[in-house]
Formats: sequence, structure tokens, C-alpha cells
Amino acid sequence: MKYEVLLKNTSFKECREYVDTNFKEVYQVKPGYKMFDVYLIGVPPISIGVDGDDVIFPYTKPCYGTFLLRIRGESEIESLRKG
Amino acid sequence: MSNALFLLGCPESPVQTAIALYLANGLKRESIDVTVAGTRSAIALLKVSDPEGNYVSKTVDLDSCIEDLAEKKVDFDLCFVFVRNDAGISYLSTLNSISDAKLFAIVFGSDADALASMIDFECEKIVYKTGHNPVPLKNRIDRVMKWDV
Repeated sequence: MKYEVLLKNTSFKECREYVDTNFKEVYQVKPGYKMFDVYLIGVPPISIGVDGDDVIFPYTKPCYGTFLLRIRGESEIESLRKG
Repeated sequence: MSNALFLLGCPESPVQTAIALYLANGLKRESIDVTVAGTRSAIALLKVSDPEGNYVSKTVDLDSCIEDLAEKKVDFDLCFVFVRNDAGISYLSTLNSISDAKLFAIVFGSDADALASMIDFECEKIVYKTGHNPVPLKNRIDRVMKWDV
């Protein structure tokens, strides 16, 4: 799966602020929300951005902090829009 | 209470493994079954320190554990989340959202106080600014757990 790292080794707060500031279409989900077969880790609310066919969301690793990823995900966008 | 989950963070600080084994020992003496979730390295540190499983008999992959909790396939009576960095706060908040367990935050490392101040939901906080010496953190755990000796 191709992905772009927008922010790396950062905090959940910085990721949320980046998504809220830089994308017009933003959805808020709870921790444990499933995307691309992973369950999102974070402090609620977790902001997920949508830009074209891409979703922008935080991905947390215990030793490296939180990364903000951009991945093409039409079905994930459809799920977000359906709520 | 019959079971407990330890959710380990980055194993960079030596305090984590020592406290996890100490706490597992105390809970085992109270007949509480302990499962430990963590990264491959964090689990390996535990298994090398406790090769015969005297303190910890069950370990699970961190991602699998989160998946099973989120899917409500499993839950625990108690959950201890080890917090040493911002990612630890994210995992703690996630556990607060996806589990009904009584939640304990074991917060340590050089940023312990700042990290503890970020916890804005109900949980038992056990906090000490230490990375190498586990004894002050152990003493705080003893105060909270009130072991039946």
C-alpha cells in the first residue's frame, strides 16, 4: 500500500491540529476506529482529513510517536461520509 | 477481580520491565491472571527476565490486543498502561475508549509530570519522574494497590 508521511515522530495533538487546519473535509472518530485493517490509536476526538481520493489520519507507534499518513482510500472515505 | 492487562510502551527505559514483573508478581499472589501486550522488544525483555513464566504466563502482540479489545472479543477487569511518552498517552486514551477495565496509568520517565497532566479522564494515576531507578515507582504502586500480604 502506497502512503505519504505528512508528519513524523510527532504528537497526537500536532496531528489533530494539522488535519483541522489544512483540510476542509474533516471527520472526527473515536479511538479504535478501523481503517485499512488497523485500529486507530489516539486521544479523542481523532481528526481524519479527506482530500480528493486520499484520507489523512494519524498512526501511532509506541517507540516513535505519531505519524500523519496520507493514503488513497475511496472505500474508507465512503465509510466516513456515511458516518 | 480475576484478570489484568498490562499494556507496555516503548521499552527504552529499564524501569518498565522491572515494574511490570513486580506488579505481575503482586497480582499473581492475589490470584489475578495477567496478560501482557507490547512490542516485540518489550515482550522479549519480559520473557528473557522471566524465562519460566513465573510472573507472566500470557503475552500478546500489541496490535492484536487492540484489535480484540476494539472488536469486543476480549476485555479485562484491570488494565495498567505504561506511559513514558506521547504515544503512551495515545494508547492510554484508546484503552479508556475501547475497554471497560478499571484503568491505571503508570507514568514515568523524564516527562512524567507533563504527561500525567495530559490525562483528563478518570483513571488511577501512578506517577514518578524516573527512568532508571524503579524503587520510587514501586513504592507508589504499593500505596495504590494495598497488597494483601
